[in-house]
Amino acid sequence: MNLEALRRSAEQEWQALNHPSRPQILIGQATCGEAAGAGAVRRSVLDTLARLGIAADVHSTGCLGTCYCEPLVDIIKPGAPRISYHSMTPEKVSSLLEDYLVKDNPCPDLALGVWGEARGGIPALLDHSMLKSQVRIALRNAGVIVPDNLLHYLARGGYKGLERALSMSPDAVIAEIEKSGLRGRGGAGFPTGAKWKLCRKSRSVPKYVICNADEGDPGAFMDRDLLESDPHAVLEGILVGAFAIGASHGVIYIRAEYPLAIRRLESAIADLHRHNLLGDNILGSGFDFNLSIVMGAGVFVCGEGTALTASIMGRRGMPRTRPPFSSEAGLWGKPTSINNVETWACVSAVMLNGAEWFASYGTEKSRGTKTFSLAGKVRRTGLIEVPMGMSLEQIIFGIGGGIPYDKKFKAVQTGGPAGGCIPAEKLHLPVDYEALKKAGSFMGSGGMIVLDEDNCIVETARYFLSFIVDESCGKCVPCRLGTRQLLDTLTCITRGSGTAADIDKVLGLGRSIIASSLCGLGQGAPQPCLTTIDYFRDEYDEHICDHICRAGECRALVAYAILKDRCGGCGICRRSCPSDAISGERGRAHVIDVDKCSKCGNCLEVCSVKFSAVARVPAGKG
Amino acid sequence: MKIEAILAKFGRERLNLIPILHEIQAQSGYVSPEAMQAVAVHLGLSDSEVYGVVTFYTAYKLKPAGRHSLKVCRGTACHVKGSEKIIGEIEKQLGISDGGTTGDGEYSFETVACLGSCALGPVVVRDGRVYGRVTPAQVKDILRGDE
Repeated sequence: MNLEALRRSAEQEWQALNHPSRPQILIGQATCGEAAGAGAVRRSVLDTLARLGIAADVHSTGCLGTCYCEPLVDIIKPGAPRISYHSMTPEKVSSLLEDYLVKDNPCPDLALGVWGEARGGIPALLDHSMLKSQVRIALRNAGVIVPDNLLHYLARGGYKGLERALSMSPDAVIAEIEKSGLRGRGGAGFPTGAKWKLCRKSRSVPKYVICNADEGDPGAFMDRDLLESDPHAVLEGILVGAFAIGASHGVIYIRAEYPLAIRRLESAIADLHRHNLLGDNILGSGFDFNLSIVMGAGVFVCGEGTALTASIMGRRGMPRTRPPFSSEAGLWGKPTSINNVETWACVSAVMLNGAEWFASYGTEKSRGTKTFSLAGKVRRTGLIEVPMGMSLEQIIFGIGGGIPYDKKFKAVQTGGPAGGCIPAEKLHLPVDYEALKKAGSFMGSGGMIVLDEDNCIVETARYFLSFIVDESCGKCVPCRLGTRQLLDTLTCITRGSGTAADIDKVLGLGRSIIASSLCGLGQGAPQPCLTTIDYFRDEYDEHICDHICRAGECRALVAYAILKDRCGGCGICRRSCPSDAISGERGRAHVIDVDKCSKCGNCLEVCSVKFSAVARVPAGKG
Repeated sequence: MKIEAILAKFGRERLNLIPILHEIQAQSGYVSPEAMQAVAVHLGLSDSEVYGVVTFYTAYKLKPAGRHSLKVCRGTACHVKGSEKIIGEIEKQLGISDGGTTGDGEYSFETVACLGSCALGPVVVRDGRVYGRVTPAQVKDILRGDE
């Protein structure tokens, strides 16, 4: 079937989904949906339909990004618009199907929103506080289409960008990408068009393109979600880039921890081969291109370009000095353009809608949008995409809904282990490459983790260092030994054995590591502790001088005690204590044996429901 | 599957090293010294080169894994949501620490860098099944493989 015929059936397929003759049910089954229980919800949907004798089609879709209220189930009933339902359980979805499909009650109380205009007491989905200020470019189809269905992607304008690129000269395609202002979404922000130009100029052949899907930043899941929800958006971008550069082969390097994304990619690539969108003489244009998937093997530093290339070639994934850059000598020593998953998804959007359209979003130097994985202590966690230049405050408090349980915001961590913690007084900062860098943080790939008053800032910095120490490849001394020294020093501070000289030691050592490490992993490693010392110096001083952890997270610095006059003697704390440290008769005040106490905090948690008689107090010096 | 059958599926170019090791790890649960030697012969590499790659990547284990695998995410989002407590509870219940296997060969437990389900932290994966928003009290059920 040629592409034109394929587009016609895509149109019919899309119509059949959205204006169906029998109910269509879409279940959000990306990994996050699965973690929230989408599998059990799906089984319940199938059982309920069988029990009620209803003929309906059940599809698996990707992730809309409202992970906090997953699992999501969308229902399209004949003659009605698509309605999204949130926080589904096997029981809830079963009664919902019966109410809506049999009794025609759309259950507004269970709905997240209706696609299109508000109707029947259900608000419009796009008016939802988490979605209304988003601009979804990379995520344009996430949670909308069935990711395994090429026809759905085509019906949404898919591969029109590729057709347009193939009708242009490679240089004109590069010029278009340059004009869009697109910069690398992996974090460093190198202009994509400029990277491609370097690659194209090189006379050496063959040339390669690599899709970097080795998303390793802890707390970041943009690439996973995108690949699970809309693999073709990425694949189309790769095809456009390969054509522009003159590459004959491409590799997608993806983490082995993402099995569902790998399956979706494999199925999408097989579809492309079937329809002459991959392989020899693509769409009759004379352009030949093949694509393979290489699985990573659990090493963070392999996300670095030169390490990634070494890993594809079957070597230890260790970075090397640059130059030469990958655009001159990358995979097998040939010119290689390595771009991030999200960058590729933006490329296909730029080619579909034009450079001016893309550049109309964002700030002067940071054009377009950026996806962020919003996680940690924020009400509405999930995956979002906003125009560059939106303030952190708008993101965390507007889209994310602020901090749960009336707790106080402490900091937001962006940029992964090479990023920094941004305090409340800097929340007005816009997300843009330069502004975040100026604040000591980093755009990074898009992890955004919110910390509240219960998170200790020193412990957070220590956590990132422990990650780096585990992941340092060991090739260069500053990173291998320097980060270990930093970790040891911070560990001492969190255990109450820090000294006044430690802060200067950390600052000096941190600066040396930044200046002398071989790759971005080492160069960024001290950033979390440097920014936290900069913005939260008083918390460090409290740990060192007063042996106080105000968040109560550093176990060595806290103790637990039962307030006699409040204790009702119910014994719930005694039963919840893993170390048998609590004693007391029923109805009488209990006591905690500090020598036995492991400071897990279980007693505080269980007691807060009834009496709030357990208190966390400073452990005191020595 | 025998090592020869795995090797027969791959060519002799070095780029096949990591895919071969993935397959061996998936089939046997670990990469034995004998397997490393067979891979070295197949690809024309020295034993030490293969060993260097096996030990560099955390996905490859040198010892047999337990019948069930238990992974706890130590990514940032899970960390701030209390994954330490989950780790502590698992260590207590199984009597092993990160990277260990129980004496009866039933469970292997490891912490892993971000699993990418950050919005639902803390996250635990048992035999490929993902559990979100895990509390210490749920650990017992997860060990049993309950919903």
